[in-house]
Amino acid sequence: MPTLKIDGLDVTVDAGTSVLEAARFLGLEIPTLCHEDGLEAYGGCRLCVVEVGQGDKSRLVSSCTYPAEDGLAVRTNTKRVARTRKMLIELLVSLVPSSKVLQDLAAKFGAQKSRFKPKHEDCILCGLCVRMCKEQMMSGAIEFVGRGQKRRITTPFDKKSELCRTCGGCMYICPVCTLRCQGPNAPTTVCGSCLTLEPTCIDHYDDYMCYLGPTGVCGTCVSEKKHKGGESGGDKELCHTANTTQQQRR
Amino acid sequence: MKKNKTKTTKGSEAGDPRLDRIFKSYEGRARDTVSVLQDIQDVYGYLPEDALRKASVFLGVPLPEIFGVATFYRMFRLNAPGKHTVTACVGTACHVRGVTRVVDELSRTLGVEPGQTTPDGNYSLETVACLGCCAIGPVVVKDGQYHGNVTPQGARKLVEKPARTAEVAK
Repeated sequence: MPTLKIDGLDVTVDAGTSVLEAARFLGLEIPTLCHEDGLEAYGGCRLCVVEVGQGDKSRLVSSCTYPAEDGLAVRTNTKRVARTRKMLIELLVSLVPSSKVLQDLAAKFGAQKSRFKPKHEDCILCGLCVRMCKEQMMSGAIEFVGRGQKRRITTPFDKKSELCRTCGGCMYICPVCTLRCQGPNAPTTVCGSCLTLEPTCIDHYDDYMCYLGPTGVCGTCVSEKKHKGGESGGDKELCHTANTTQQQRR
Repeated sequence: MKKNKTKTTKGSEAGDPRLDRIFKSYEGRARDTVSVLQDIQDVYGYLPEDALRKASVFLGVPLPEIFGVATFYRMFRLNAPGKHTVTACVGTACHVRGVTRVVDELSRTLGVEPGQTTPDGNYSLETVACLGCCAIGPVVVKDGQYHGNVTPQGARKLVEKPARTAEVAK
């Protein structure tokens, strides 16, 4: 039963528990993308990065794959961690700007701009679908193919798989091919609309809030921002859908 | 070989004896995957789909995983090699000396991308990271023979000439 220290809090966990699980047990929030309960830890997205050790010897590890060790000192929210995480999110967003999951992460962790050229891929190679197919759906029809730049996820020989039961589990779990937000039509890679979102809808609708529908569709929060901020070209920074709804409202 | 292929696609019990010979020397554990694939490639010159399917059954490793391994390593190829192999070095030195234009010219002349074989089965075009003779770059190797300081025009001649003689021979 290893006892470790996470953000100054002592916690004793079962052997084989990951640092991420231990931190979540304490109620500490660590963002994840490629981690899903019920699937094997993969450590692909690195968003769950934490700092392990003290002083010069401290290093960054992915908490979802790092096993809890006795006497381990973990810090989940240092400057270094925050900076690294923000950079990772920037990179991910520039890969698939159309993903709402990624845009939400960008908003949450204050990544307002992406200094990378948007690539508009349709996969971030997080491996969630591969593990979903193999471990939960007991099919294993898709797998990583190729290496390096040419790495992708597909069936053998790109043919229709006899193992696939078209259950849709891969699409269900995919963070980038579902839940498209207005991102792709936004003029910048990080659409940033959600970033300045304040729930003003409630002034207009008694109990309707953004999370009940597609974000920013009602357009009230967006116009609120415009009045408040008064920034030049405020419209430009907004999502496409929000803009059109605004125009319709006018 | 054609006979074997039709046999295996039918899924009959009697497979290719060459495959059975390979499988006989292994116990059929997942850890033998790479060795089995290497042996298959030694026999066929590439990894045929049928053979991969059989290997998957033999090793107890799902086909997608076998395919993942086969595409991961550069030494494995999934299409039959051509009669002649043309390999262009795309290492740093050759790159600086303009091998990209040579590769482009080769692909245009042969009508295939690097890693593919021409439909007539005469040429396969390959790239390699470095051949160790950077001084004579850009280097193109045709059937084991090294050609240094290759220009795009030179590369085209390299692949055009034998094709023409082959036609005459016919």
